[in-house]
Amino acid sequence: MKLFKMASLLIITSLIIVSCKSEDKKEMASINTADIYIQGTMDAELTSPPYVPAPVGNRTAKKLLVNMEILEKEGTMSDGVQYVYWTFGGSVPGSFIRTRVGDLVEFTLSNHPDNKLPHNIDLHAVTGPGGGAESSFVAPGHKKTFSFKTLNPGLYVYHCATAPVGMHIANGMYGLILVEPEGGLPKVDKEYYIMQGDFYTKGATGEKGLQPFDMTKAVKEDADYVVFNGKVGALTGDNAITANVGETVRLYVGNGGPNLTSSFHVIGEIFDNVHVEGGDLINKNVQTTSIPAGGAAIVDFKVDVPGTFILVDHAIFRAFNKGALGMLKVTGEEKKDLYSGIKQEGIYHPEGSTIQTMPESKEKKKEAVSTKDKTLAQKIADGKQVYMKTCFACHQAEGQGIPNAFPPLAKSDYLNADVKRAIGIVLHGKTGEITVNGKKYNSIMTKQTLTDEEVADVMTYVYNSWGNNKTNVSVKTVKEVKNK
Amino acid sequence: MKTILRLTICVLFLNSIITNCQSKMVPIKGGEYIPLYGRDSMKVSIDNFLMDVYPVTNKEYLAFVKKQPKWQRSKAIKLFVDASYLRDWKTDTILNHNQKSNSPITNISWFAAKSYCENQGKRLPTVDEWEYVAMANKKMPDARKLKEYNAFILSWYEKPKTFNQTIGSTFKNYWRVYDLHGLVWEWTSDFNSVLITGESRKDVDTDSNLFCGSAAVNATDLMNYAAFMRYAIRGSLKAKYTMKNLGFRCVKDDK
Repeated sequence: MKLFKMASLLIITSLIIVSCKSEDKKEMASINTADIYIQGTMDAELTSPPYVPAPVGNRTAKKLLVNMEILEKEGTMSDGVQYVYWTFGGSVPGSFIRTRVGDLVEFTLSNHPDNKLPHNIDLHAVTGPGGGAESSFVAPGHKKTFSFKTLNPGLYVYHCATAPVGMHIANGMYGLILVEPEGGLPKVDKEYYIMQGDFYTKGATGEKGLQPFDMTKAVKEDADYVVFNGKVGALTGDNAITANVGETVRLYVGNGGPNLTSSFHVIGEIFDNVHVEGGDLINKNVQTTSIPAGGAAIVDFKVDVPGTFILVDHAIFRAFNKGALGMLKVTGEEKKDLYSGIKQEGIYHPEGSTIQTMPESKEKKKEAVSTKDKTLAQKIADGKQVYMKTCFACHQAEGQGIPNAFPPLAKSDYLNADVKRAIGIVLHGKTGEITVNGKKYNSIMTKQTLTDEEVADVMTYVYNSWGNNKTNVSVKTVKEVKNK
Repeated sequence: MKTILRLTICVLFLNSIITNCQSKMVPIKGGEYIPLYGRDSMKVSIDNFLMDVYPVTNKEYLAFVKKQPKWQRSKAIKLFVDASYLRDWKTDTILNHNQKSNSPITNISWFAAKSYCENQGKRLPTVDEWEYVAMANKKMPDARKLKEYNAFILSWYEKPKTFNQTIGSTFKNYWRVYDLHGLVWEWTSDFNSVLITGESRKDVDTDSNLFCGSAAVNATDLMNYAAFMRYAIRGSLKAKYTMKNLGFRCVKDDK
């Protein structure tokens, strides 16, 4: 009996020891990426947004040569608004760098001779002081080389860290570096590179001309522009990213900041997988993922139905008023069983523009209409209120619209050409392509639930603002269009 | 006869003004000032000195290398200049067609600038001398706290290729010196005495002499952030470096 006890004890202890050992082994394997052997040398492929280099796949770790040039150059923030960007590789965000764990990255940073300022680079993928900033501080007309081994797989931000750091970041000096795990990330059909950033200009949002950086606003975190890929409209209209029905799409999403956290969301899609904060933790079935300033996330999803899917920072005023809006255009066959198609696709009304009216108040308003005739000034004043509640989000404060998304009302040839057509659009909504002031728009305007009087007021306000033809739209005309 | 004599004298006089014009110097009255990187207790005294009104021009430097062939592009010793030295020139002694003779000379190393000044019986200004004169605007000897003064400096950072402008195209300051801001950066004799290591966040943390460690709290201060750039550029340089946006001018002790 005693013998039996001894034997079973021995067996148990040996089991414990064995299991301990096997655990140890596992951990060793995941820790010692520093020991990954490098075979050969290759030049890194660098791409400008929204494109990413080809996947690493199952290639061995290599010495990877990355050559990046710093350019200070003027670019377009929004239609008519110019800004001097400081860039890594000529684009905002900077070129996408794709590596695998264990690579030895030999990084050469060149500062173009025409530039005025010294710069450096801090790559969050670097294990070392300053993320490389200390070793890469480089004067215009010079270049510096340093190397680092990629020890941790993940998606990392890089940025300039020269004084004043915030200013260099605010001017666009950031980008993403991907470190793929052993064997690469799972295959998908389409991959894109998107990075949010906040910008601070001397003039107000939309003020024309060359806009200098505003340090005071930056310190107050009062952004004039919050955009994807460096400018308003970088991912809309012809610049939209695309996919076909049935494909899987992976987005490498970064946030350069300098200040704001992104609530990244794709309207009409659910992320199947999210690498939370760009790391190993995978969350599934996510609506909106939070991306800190100086952080990133990898999201992927399958596109099941066709249509235009809007990418936004779901801190939604940024999307519709400061530029954080992009588009994913999915083409292919309708899947009526998944999505009926009766309702409109991919449009989101942040203001809740459909005004809910109770039957009794409607009656009251109707009475009011019949009893008094408003002056033009009163109509314009009332119309302005309706406009700010209902139309402002898309058509903007000065009727300027949003490039490539929502057509302008200011000096609009389309609007001024036909009053009744315009009233009809407000009453019934409008889909399909139209041309306004020589530019094509293909978005959806939903039917507006407004009283006839409100329609007359808002139309009169629009026609009497921003250089339009001063038509005074009467309730009678609205009724005529409605009853046609 | 008298008129002719007068005319000749007059013409001679005019000529001498013209020839002296470009290397003309003005007296700077010394005094005490607190550098941007200093503390209240760290006042620096500046002696009287003379400063060039304009940065040295292409034309002046051309004359120098003709006299001193050892500073010609192909002959300059590689320890003293990097590969971009006078890079835009057509040859050793001919400017390129797009270079104006009265634009500031750039792509010059510290060694070359120093040698030029010494050749004229002058020297490079110290950082303190340079900063002392450059803190003036048109009307005040110390305009550093003024918003417009700093806004002007900052706007220059966003103007491309100002090195193509001619000397005198910015403003004349209180001391009657031109172009300290808005044209090109300028070499100083002790350019690397204030060290910015390149890891600027560390500079802010640990070097209390530098901006009193206050840069982080005080970053709204336009004055600090305009000057940050200047100290950053100096910190990124080595004496053999040359840059398209970097020229120089000379000073002389006032005896």
